Amino acid sequence: MAQVPKADELAKVSHRPPETPWTETPVEFRPGTFCYGAKPKNLEVVGLPNPREWNPADEDWKLPDNWKDITLNGMKDRLDKFRSFKLFMDICVRCGACADKCHYYIGSGDPKNMPVLRAELIRSVYRKYFTGSGKIFSKYAGARALTERVLKEWFYYYYQCTECRRCSVFCPYGIDTAEVTMMARELLNELGCGIDWIAGPVANCYMNGNHLGIQPHAFKDMIEFFVDEIEEVTGVRVEPTFNRKGAEVLFITPSGDVFADPGTYTLMGYMMLFHEIGLDYTWSTYASEGGNFGLFTSHEMMKRLNAKMYAEAKRLGVKWILGGECGHMWRVINQYMDTMNGPADFLEVPKSPITGTVFENAKSTKMVHIAEFTADLIRHGKIKLDPSRNDNKIVTFHDSCNTSRAMGIFEEPRYILKHVCNHFYDMPEGTIREKTFCCGSGSGLNTDEYMEMRMRGGLPRANAVRYVHEKHGVNMLACICAIDRAVLPPLMNYWVPGVDVTGLHELVGNALVMTGEKKRTTDLRYEPLPGMEDEEDDDV
Amino acid sequence: MNASRSIIFSLVAVGILVCLPLIGVAAGMTSFFGVIVPYLAVALFFIGVVARVVRWARSPVPFRIPTTCGQQKSFNWIKPDKLDNPWDNKGVVLRMILEVLLFRSLFRNSRMEFYEGPKIRYASAKWLWLGAIVFHYSFLVVLLRHLRFFSEPVSSLVHLLEGVDGFLEVGAPRLYISGLALLAGVAFLFLRRVTIPQLKYISLPSDYFPLFLIFAIAATGVLMRYIYKVDIVSVKELTMGLATFHPVVPEGIGSLFYIHLFLVSVLFAYFPFSKLVHMAGVFLSPTRNLPNNSRMVRHINPWNYPVKVHTYEEYEDEFREKMIEAGLPVEKKE
Ligand code: HEM
Ligand code: SF4
Ligand code: SF4
Repeated sequence: MAQVPKADELAKVSHRPPETPWTETPVEFRPGTFCYGAKPKNLEVVGLPNPREWNPADEDWKLPDNWKDITLNGMKDRLDKFRSFKLFMDICVRCGACADKCHYYIGSGDPKNMPVLRAELIRSVYRKYFTGSGKIFSKYAGARALTERVLKEWFYYYYQCTECRRCSVFCPYGIDTAEVTMMARELLNELGCGIDWIAGPVANCYMNGNHLGIQPHAFKDMIEFFVDEIEEVTGVRVEPTFNRKGAEVLFITPSGDVFADPGTYTLMGYMMLFHEIGLDYTWSTYASEGGNFGLFTSHEMMKRLNAKMYAEAKRLGVKWILGGECGHMWRVINQYMDTMNGPADFLEVPKSPITGTVFENAKSTKMVHIAEFTADLIRHGKIKLDPSRNDNKIVTFHDSCNTSRAMGIFEEPRYILKHVCNHFYDMPEGTIREKTFCCGSGSGLNTDEYMEMRMRGGLPRANAVRYVHEKHGVNMLACICAIDRAVLPPLMNYWVPGVDVTGLHELVGNALVMTGEKKRTTDLRYEPLPGMEDEEDDDV
Repeated sequence: MNASRSIIFSLVAVGILVCLPLIGVAAGMTSFFGVIVPYLAVALFFIGVVARVVRWARSPVPFRIPTTCGQQKSFNWIKPDKLDNPWDNKGVVLRMILEVLLFRSLFRNSRMEFYEGPKIRYASAKWLWLGAIVFHYSFLVVLLRHLRFFSEPVSSLVHLLEGVDGFLEVGAPRLYISGLALLAGVAFLFLRRVTIPQLKYISLPSDYFPLFLIFAIAATGVLMRYIYKVDIVSVKELTMGLATFHPVVPEGIGSLFYIHLFLVSVLFAYFPFSKLVHMAGVFLSPTRNLPNNSRMVRHINPWNYPVKVHTYEEYEDEFREKMIEAGLPVEKKE
C-alpha cells in the first residue's frame, strides 16, 4: 500500500491545467489514487459479468472481446431509460460554474476532477456514437472514439467521484455529475471493472445481510456486547430483541455502527434511547444493513439489496420502519426505495407511539429517520436530557452529502444537537447544508489503498473544521452517517489533529437521563464526564 | 484540441459564413439568401427543437432525484424551504421560474481561493451570473424588437420596448442599449473563456463558435443601424413578405443585410443541434423540476422490473442451526 505523503506535501496543490489538452493527457495509475479491482469471487456471488483476477494498473484488463459493443449498447439502453442521462449529455454549456465546486478538484488540482470534465469523459463518447454532429465533425464537435484508454480514464475518474451532488447545486441546469458517474459505473460493471471495496460489501450484504458478512449469531453477540457496555456506564440493562415477529417497529442502521468505533457509541445511544422510551422494536439479522453499496454499483443492484428492508418488515409484521444514521442509505430510502420495492401497503403510516406524532412526510415509504424521530421526542418533552454531560465537547456538525442534497434534513439534527450539548458552532456558510463538502471517501471509496485521494478529497471539509477549531476551539465533529464515522477520524488526524468524531446519537446517549441509572461518571467512551475527572481516578 | 486551435477553427468557420452571402449576393443569389435560407433555417429550428424535446421526453424519469438545496418538509414546527426543497408542484413551478428567469442556481456561484497552509476560501463570484443575465436579456430584447420587421402595424408593445431600450435618446437613429449590451455580454463570456485557465482548458470549438456567431450577428446589426445604413423600407418589404408567405426580393438592399440575415439563419439552424438547446433542456431537468416528496407519494418507474434477491428463506436455510443455537427465532425448526 502506498505511503500517504505528509500533510504539508499534499497541501501543495496547483490548479493550473497542464499544457496538453485533456483528450491527450493519459491517465496514470499511481498508487494511493485508485482502488483495487473487483475480485472474481465477489462478482460471482451476485452474478456480475466478467469475473477474473485483474489489476487496474496492469496493461491488460482482460476485457471481453466485445467490450465495446457491450458498452455502447449499455449506453444506448441507459439513454433510453433515464431522461437525466440523456439530458445531461446534451445541455451542458461548459460555463464552468461547477468546476471548482468538487472537493476532489480542490484537493487534487487534476482538471479531470472538475465535474464538467468528468462528465465530458463520457459525453465525448456519447457525441461520437449518438449524435449527428459528433459523427460528422468528430473532434471538432468534441467527439472521440471509445478506446481502452478512454475506458481506463472512466474507471479512474468515475471512481474518483463520490456521487456527492455538490456540483449539481451550482449548475444552472441542475446537471448532476453524480448521476453521470452512476451511469458510468453501471457500464464499467458490465465489463467486470468495478472496485473490490464496493463488490465485497455488495456480495456480503447480499448473502449475509450486511457489509462485513457478519452471520446472524455473531450479529446478535456483537450487539449484546454493547448491552453490557451500556450497563457498565449507566447501570441500566437494555434488552434488544432480534427477528421478533409482532414488534411495532423494525430498526435498521448501517452495520458499521455495530462493529467499528466510533459508530458503536452511536449504536449504544440508539439502544439507550429506545429502552428509555420503551419502544417496541426489533433488530433483524437478515436486514442487518442500512447501507447499500448497490447504489454505487447499479440501479439494479441497489434494488436487489434494498429489497430486504420491506421483505423483512413484511415477514415480521411490524407497523413501520425506523432508520438509523447513515448518508447514502437515506438517499436510497428517500429517492429510490418506494419506487423500486414499494408499495409498502402492508405497513402503516408511521406514528410515534410516544408522542402520537404521525410522520406525514413518510406516509408512503413508511420509513422514518432517527433524527426526525428523536427531534419529535425532544420537542414533546418526552426524554430528559442533561446537556452538561457533553460540556467538554465543543461540537460542530458535518452535513452528509446524501442527507443534504438528496433529502434536506438540516434542522432536525441541529435541533437535537442544541438540546444535547451546550457548545455547538456551525462551520462557515458555503461549507455546510446544501453546500456541504464530502468527507472525501463516500460512495464506496473509503478504502485504505486510496488514502491519498481520500485525504485530498477531504481537504475542503477539514479546512472548514479547522476554521471552527481555531475560532471556537471545536474538538468534536458530529455527523449522521456511518461512512463519515469511519473516515472522518483519519481525515481529522491528518489535517486537524485534536478533533474527534461522533455520531449524533452518541451525544444523545451521553445526555440522556435514564430511569434507574446509577450516578454516571463517564461518557460512552469511558472518558470522564465534565467535573468527574477525580471520581474517575478514585475508581481506578 | 488546444484552445488556440479551437478558437481559430471557430473564427474561420464564422469567417466563411460571412463570405458565403457576400459572394452569393454578388452572384445574384438574392432570393436564395433572402428567402430560401431563412425559411429553411426557421423550419430546421422548429423541427429540430421539437424533435430534440420529444427525444428527451421519450426517455422516462424512473426515479425522483431532485437536488435538495434547503430544509425538507417534516414537522409543522420546522420551517421547510419551499423554493429549494419543494414538496409540491407549486413549489416546483416557483423554483423553475426563478431558475429560468433569474438563473438562480448560477447566482449561488462562488470562487474557490487556495492559499498556502492550506487555507481555502470561497469568495463571492457573481460576474458569471451578471454576464449571463446581461447576455440573455439583451438577446431577448433584441429579438423582440425585431418583431417590428414582421408585423404591420407594429404592436404597441414593441414600440414600448423600443422606447425603454432607447431611453438614452442619443444619436440618430436613436441608440438602443440592448445591442451594445449584447455585444458586451458576448465579449465578456468570450474573455472569461480565454482568461480563466480552467475554462480555457474545458472549452471546445462548439463553445467559441456560437459566441463568435452571435457577436458577428450583433456587430452586423449595429453596423447596419448606425454606420453603413441599408435601405430599411426594402428590408421591411422583404421581411413582411417572409412573414406573410408572399416572399418578395426588392432590389438594392446592401449585402451587409444579407450577411446579417444569413448568420441569423445559421444560428437558428444550428440551435437545436448544439448546446444552445439548453434553453429547452432546462425545463426538463429532473434534479430541478420534481418535488422532493418521494417518501410521501410513490413515484412510479415505468420500467421497474423484478430482480433476483436473496430471500429470507434462503438465508435461514443457510444459517438455521447457528440461529437456533443463538436463540434467534426461526421459521422452520429443523
Ligand atoms: C431559458 C433559460 C436559459 C437559461 C437558464 C440559460 C442559461 C445560460 C447560462 C448559465 C449560460 C452560461 C454562460 C457561459 O457560457 O459562460 C448560457 C450560455 C449561453 N446561452 Fe443560455 N440560457 C437560457 C436560454 C437561452 C436562449 C433562449 C438562448 C438563445 C440563443 C441562449 C443562448 C446561449 C448562448 C449562445 C450561450 C453561450 C455562451 C457561451 O458559450 O459562453 N440561452 N445560458
Ligand atoms: S455548471 Fe452545468 S452547464 Fe456549467 S459546466 Fe458545469 S455541468 Fe456544464
Ligand atoms: S458529484 Fe461530487 S465528487 Fe462527483 S463530480 Fe460532483 S462534486 Fe465532484
